[in-house]
Amino acid sequence: MILGQFIILGAALFSLGVYGVLTRRNAVLVLLSVELMLAAVNVNFVAFDIYARDVMAGGQIFSLFIIAVGAAEVGIGLAIVLLIFRNRQSANVDELDLMKL
Amino acid sequence: MLQLLTNANTLLLATEEGGHAAETLSDGGLLASLAWLIPVAPMVAAFVIALYGKRMPYKGWDIAIGVMGFEALYGTALLLAHIANPIAHDFQVEIGKIGSMPIEWGWTVDGLSIMMYFLVGVVGFFVFLYAKGYMEGDIRFTWFFASFTLFAGGMLVLVSAPNMIQLIVGWELVGVSSWLLIGHYWEDHANSSAAIKAMLVNKVADVGLFIGAIMISMSVGSFRFSDILHAVEGGAAAAPLLAQFAFWGGLALFIGAMGKSAQFPFHVWLPDAMAGPTPVSALMHAATMVTAGVYLVGRMFPLYLTDGFATEVRAVIIIIGGLTLFLTGLIALVQDDIKKVLAYSTLSQLGYMTAAMGAGAYTAGLFHLFTHAFFKALLFLGAGSVIHSVHSNNMSDMGGLRKTMPWTYRTFLVGSLALAGIPLFAGFFSKDEILASLNYAVGEFSTADGGSSVATVVLILAISGAFVTAFYMARTVMLTFHGEYKGQAHPHESPKIMWMPLVALAVPSAVIGFMNWPGLTSTFTDVVGARAVRVLDHHATGFDYLMLALGLTAAVAGGLIGMRIWGPDKETQAARDTFRIPILYPLLENKYYIDDLYMDGVVRPIRGPLARAMDWFNGHVLDFIVNGAGLLAMSLGKVVYWFDQRGVDGAIHASGAVTGAGGGMLRLLQTGKVQQYAILIFAATVIMVGGLVIWF
Repeated sequence: MILGQFIILGAALFSLGVYGVLTRRNAVLVLLSVELMLAAVNVNFVAFDIYARDVMAGGQIFSLFIIAVGAAEVGIGLAIVLLIFRNRQSANVDELDLMKL
Repeated sequence: MLQLLTNANTLLLATEEGGHAAETLSDGGLLASLAWLIPVAPMVAAFVIALYGKRMPYKGWDIAIGVMGFEALYGTALLLAHIANPIAHDFQVEIGKIGSMPIEWGWTVDGLSIMMYFLVGVVGFFVFLYAKGYMEGDIRFTWFFASFTLFAGGMLVLVSAPNMIQLIVGWELVGVSSWLLIGHYWEDHANSSAAIKAMLVNKVADVGLFIGAIMISMSVGSFRFSDILHAVEGGAAAAPLLAQFAFWGGLALFIGAMGKSAQFPFHVWLPDAMAGPTPVSALMHAATMVTAGVYLVGRMFPLYLTDGFATEVRAVIIIIGGLTLFLTGLIALVQDDIKKVLAYSTLSQLGYMTAAMGAGAYTAGLFHLFTHAFFKALLFLGAGSVIHSVHSNNMSDMGGLRKTMPWTYRTFLVGSLALAGIPLFAGFFSKDEILASLNYAVGEFSTADGGSSVATVVLILAISGAFVTAFYMARTVMLTFHGEYKGQAHPHESPKIMWMPLVALAVPSAVIGFMNWPGLTSTFTDVVGARAVRVLDHHATGFDYLMLALGLTAAVAGGLIGMRIWGPDKETQAARDTFRIPILYPLLENKYYIDDLYMDGVVRPIRGPLARAMDWFNGHVLDFIVNGAGLLAMSLGKVVYWFDQRGVDGAIHASGAVTGAGGGMLRLLQTGKVQQYAILIFAATVIMVGGLVIWF
């Protein structure tokens, strides 16, 4: 079953993304992991779109949107990381505990 | 009951002789439509005086006299307009409903009401003027004028009433303000009990008024006098329900009238009402309060006169009137208190009015009411002037005041002559008219069932009453103004503000009788006859010479004998002062023991056990309840205190502690580490999704 393989691929990618988000200390790598999770979602969307033979191709269009939003998000995210690094000479997320206040 | 009237004759006579039933009755225009001011102005003024009177330059008297001046002017204007062009109109404003019967407030402007407006206004004005002098320096001067204005106002509400409800309101207003006024010097126990006595006796009679008003109004289906009287006018066949209830209803109404007009056996309150200040007595005995009963009978007159309705009640009315006029007149003979003499004389004169009403003489009864108001107010004010001067009510402390108080003497003499019925004075005409109508009733009432003989007895009583009246007035004048002064004080003429009203009242007392000179004028007949519903009435077209001769002889004889007995040319002063009529004297001195009968027969048997029962009830039941309630409240307080300390405070403390502990625990989660938060979010998502998957 071809759908099963895609879903397993999506789940594996997502899990990798989650693992990266939760364990990486470098903010750039956390962003990267977030992108992995987005990619996993895209895989799922496209797979289900094909599987359901959607005449309007909703899943594919949605994944295009996600790619666009993801690009914008990475742009903003990297800008934030850059500023944090400039201010604190570090991009480690476990040192950013200002939310406690 | 006695079938007193042969109706056909009266109908015929009334239409022939009663020229007064004017065919064209106007609605009175602006003057009548603004007449609501007459009852409203004094009611408002009473409250203004009570609240702001003390700040006025004359301490409230100025407001009172202003209002009474207005009443006098308005009354006079209405009377003149009415004489020129008869007015009969009533105005009603609906203010509520009992079932389907509207309760209305309104004002009547017709002959009977206008006569009363004039009377209350004019007599009231002079009495108020006089009261300024009499009450000078009184401790409750302002309050006196507030209640006095309320008194006049209540009477005006009563006489302006176009329906039963308003009549009762006015009736009770008069009652309550008379209670205030009689008990004006309430520090003295006798005065306050006199006030209570007046109130209670009136209340007993008022039950009759209520029952009568309810019976008659309900059987007609309207509280309006005009509806009731139109129903009566329509005849018994057209109003079978009213005809059925008319006798008992009419009788009950008359019992109410007996209370206010102090008819035997409800007369006991009136002499005691002398406890009030003299101006109160003057107004009460002349224009207000005691006239209310006669007014009510006059207002409902067609009911008592129309065949098929309450004609039988007239037997009761004439008998009560006859008894009252004679019996109370005799008591006046033995009184030493000058005000009491006048009080019993008022009772006697009210008896005349009632007897006349019973005889079917609407005009005669009201005419006597009208003239009597002037000369009785005059006599009371004169007596007040004397009392003011010698500081005693007793005639044994007076005597010889003729020289020291010339104006009081002259005016008092005019009043006495008018009351005694000496020709050309006011009382002569009205009393003669009553005697004539009684004589007419003798011929008119049916002989078969004794109606005629009842009328004859009453006529004889009335003629003897004329003798008695002249007799005691001669005694009063002799003992007060002639002979030697016996008191301790230094008598002096009263101030001008007191004797001027006397002079002003002496004028109408002398001449107002000319309004109804038989055969010459019939102004008064025309005035009171002009009503929306025609009042059938016998009206004399000339003197009844037999009655004139008898009445005059009785009056002159009474006066002369009285002067002979109590005249100053008696050998010794002591002899005339102690003149006693042998057997009758103790009976009269004790007022026929009627007061004792009421006291021992009714009041004490009820009051003694009742007082003991109330004492026991108070000591045992009420105290038990009060103590029990106290104890209960105390233990309840303890429970509440415990609950407050433990329950409420505990809950508050507990909630505080729980919040603190919760906060402490949750604090551990707040690390500020982004990845920790992310772990929690993921974990929570996984658990929820897992739950969702398992669930489905």
